Amino acid sequence: MSTVIKGGLVIDQTGERTADVVVDDGRIVAVGTDLSGDEILDASGCVVAPGFVDLHAHLRQPGAEEAETIETGSWAAIRGGFSAVVAMPNTNPPIDCAAVVQEVLALGAKAPCDVYTSGAITVERKGAQLAPMAEMAELGVRLFTDDGNGVQEAGLMRRAMEYAAGLGVILAQHCEVDSLAAGGHMHEGEWSSRLGIPGVPAEAEELMVMRDIALSRFTGAPVHFQHLSTRGSIAMVRAARQAGVAVTAEAATHHFTLTDEDCASYDPVFKVNPPLRPADDRDAVREGLADGAVDAIATDHAPHTMDAKERPFDQAPPGMLGLETALALALTELNLPVAEVVGLLSWRPAAIAGLKGVHGGPIVPDAPANLCVFDPQETWTVDPHDTASRSRNNPYAERTVRGRVRHTIVGGQTVLVDQVMRP
Amino acid sequence: MKHLLSINDLGADGINEVCRLADLFTEVSQRPIPKVPALRGKTVAMLFYEDSTRTRLSFEVAARRLSADVMGFSVSSSSVNKGESVRDTVNTISAMGPDALVVRHRSAGVPHQVTGWTSAGVINAGDGWHEHPTQALLDCYTIRDRLGSVAGRRIVILGDIKHSRVARSCVMAFTSLGAKVTLVAPPTLLPPAVDSWPVDVSFSLDAVLSDCDVVYGLRVQHERQAEALLPSLREYTAQWGLTVDRAARLPVGALVMHPGPVNRGVEIAPEVLDQPNATLNEQVRHGVAVRMAVLYLLLAADPDLHPEGEAS
Amino acid sequence: MAERERRRTPPYGGVFSARTRVMEAEDIKRATWRMAHEIIERNHGLEGVVIVGLQTGGVWLAEDVVGALHEIEGAKPPLGTLDVAFHRDDIGLRPLLPEAPTDIPFNLDGQAVVMVDDVLYTGRTIRAALDALNSYGRPRTVQLAVMVDRGHRELPIRPDFVGKNLPTRRDEMVDAHRDGVDLGEIVK
Repeated sequence: MSTVIKGGLVIDQTGERTADVVVDDGRIVAVGTDLSGDEILDASGCVVAPGFVDLHAHLRQPGAEEAETIETGSWAAIRGGFSAVVAMPNTNPPIDCAAVVQEVLALGAKAPCDVYTSGAITVERKGAQLAPMAEMAELGVRLFTDDGNGVQEAGLMRRAMEYAAGLGVILAQHCEVDSLAAGGHMHEGEWSSRLGIPGVPAEAEELMVMRDIALSRFTGAPVHFQHLSTRGSIAMVRAARQAGVAVTAEAATHHFTLTDEDCASYDPVFKVNPPLRPADDRDAVREGLADGAVDAIATDHAPHTMDAKERPFDQAPPGMLGLETALALALTELNLPVAEVVGLLSWRPAAIAGLKGVHGGPIVPDAPANLCVFDPQETWTVDPHDTASRSRNNPYAERTVRGRVRHTIVGGQTVLVDQVMRP
Repeated sequence: MKHLLSINDLGADGINEVCRLADLFTEVSQRPIPKVPALRGKTVAMLFYEDSTRTRLSFEVAARRLSADVMGFSVSSSSVNKGESVRDTVNTISAMGPDALVVRHRSAGVPHQVTGWTSAGVINAGDGWHEHPTQALLDCYTIRDRLGSVAGRRIVILGDIKHSRVARSCVMAFTSLGAKVTLVAPPTLLPPAVDSWPVDVSFSLDAVLSDCDVVYGLRVQHERQAEALLPSLREYTAQWGLTVDRAARLPVGALVMHPGPVNRGVEIAPEVLDQPNATLNEQVRHGVAVRMAVLYLLLAADPDLHPEGEAS
Repeated sequence: MAERERRRTPPYGGVFSARTRVMEAEDIKRATWRMAHEIIERNHGLEGVVIVGLQTGGVWLAEDVVGALHEIEGAKPPLGTLDVAFHRDDIGLRPLLPEAPTDIPFNLDGQAVVMVDDVLYTGRTIRAALDALNSYGRPRTVQLAVMVDRGHRELPIRPDFVGKNLPTRRDEMVDAHRDGVDLGEIVK
């Protein structure tokens, strides 16, 4: 059975054109005008883009299924236009060996989007001993991170980078120096001072960015910086790229949308790590995404149960949902051409995750049919209860945003039609 | 006013109104039978997640002198130790229909969160490093009682300001009433971004001592030494302690205040506490009248209620 | 106290519009002197008599009564003031913030307390005042002097000394002060 996406503006890394796209047997079979198929998906007024790729999603399985499962998280991804997500390894048990990787991939195989997993750099993400990266790489893991923790010790990070380079995989760093960040629950600054909440200074992130740029230059191994949140970090990454150091970076949607002032409500839904920063840092994230210093938008989708997010601010876990709102926030907040937003969400993260040719386009005959169709103009109001996620920790409640995903196609299967999930 | 979470909820007018009412309640407290029926039938629930003797007792005495019923709740004897969440506890207590919840918690913002879970008024009795508004109110009342007014006074707040909810509330209260506040502390005990506070900062107590109307000392806890914020308490006392020598250099009539409990000999010398310009006991005494005023404002003078019935 | 205070208390805060003058300053002075004589007569002198004016409207009258007693008897009974706001039974029914201090710098045990107010109406202020007096001790007897009794009692309370009985409607307002007593309405 073939499907035709009619009348949309097709955007990929090769450019834009109005065309119909026909999908059959998992692949794109034709791109052109006046095409037909067994099923018709209306895309008039919409953009037809490569399915999005999220470099940073916490799917919580195994271990915290009360907050999210690979299946529910994948449906949230589908509703957000993502055809692929990279799961973070801070599960219980952590994804730090082949056995857990296999479990996650097995669960992911039944999910509606393509689930890739990262692996931990160190055993149990404890920063003491290298995890068996080679056995995980053999199973297809391309991204290694201790996300939730930064690798504190420079010597260990150096060895990890050297080892990873030999395997052809990439290390991704959660940049945070523990000795500066310990005990902090929001950005250290005017607002933390006023609210009496212990803070995390921007320098806790920047020191590790600085160190890892030096290590990357030293070892020649690539390093990817996760969820950069400060002006200083982004400036260093920009300069390092210009100097030819093999670094890449992502920014999370909330870091270009929210600021530390949002914590004044003491609602732990605004607690996240790295923390929300002042408006100047938020603006720097926007600038970094605009000028290419930052490669990709990641969601850092981090589900938590209602109970966990109703604790006192300093006892609640950090993290917020993001998969279902990423596109709309990018279109609403970034003030970039639609094609650039599509790039930040699809082909640029796909390249970092090693998914080139599978996800992220281009939209041409014979390519795998991983596609998303969205209306860039539709405005809607975010409702935390209207979600596929198991959790409700959505900080954008009541916010009016622009841009909404209509259809998502993964591996040729139409899994979202007019915002309705099709299991 | 429905809740008292921060001194900002009151502003200068509100602080003055509390002080005016506290005058009246001071008189009530001096009667042979120091009790009025103003809040008869109202219930005030105490929700103390952190040990406190003086604040809790002060609120209880205040509520009882207004004839309110008091519901006690303390962590050690409650289901909190069995892992009950704050929300569940608040729901349970709210189901018993209290008119006000007096909340203390070691985490900043808990009283704010509680307002979302109950229809009762919420009074912040101290939350983490954030605020302790009734302490600041009784301090304003004490200064006003001793010096006539807070406006124009030069007030030095001395000690561990970073970790002090009292300091945050006092800075707001004193400055909104027109006092000039100087924070004096080692830089490690100052809050971040202190330049955004409406205060002057000095690292030297000796530099400001002879030119102030009030020295307000804060407790310096022994833990600060372990956290490497201070080399030693001995060094702290030598540099920033209100010793007998330093107290002698204060202008005549300058007050020595402290929210208690005092680390005698660390932040203030024991001899200084016994001098007539030390107001510690007055602060505690005024605490009752000020908290009566706050309870009365929240529970008796409800501006939303439509008047009915005839008066006189 | 009530008439005046009620007018100042939002949302009652209208403007009193006088319609009829029912007592002139001279009438008030004469009535004050008569009540002073009656107080002396009732108590067989001023031994053990204390005067308590109710805040805020009764205070001027209490002062004048004490002045008259002084001139008549050559002795000045102790004078106190009492704010009954905290003792009212309608707290929460209407916005009510006390405005004036209570000052009773003497012991009431065994004394004859003469409470003084400007206008007696429903009796609820007096009930509250009786309650408040209990906090200060146990008087031998409590008597009540008012300049105007306008009727409409809601409690079993009656005055001992009255300047003038004035029949009124409930929607009327009585304004009593040293210069005279006016009957009128509140104009919003």
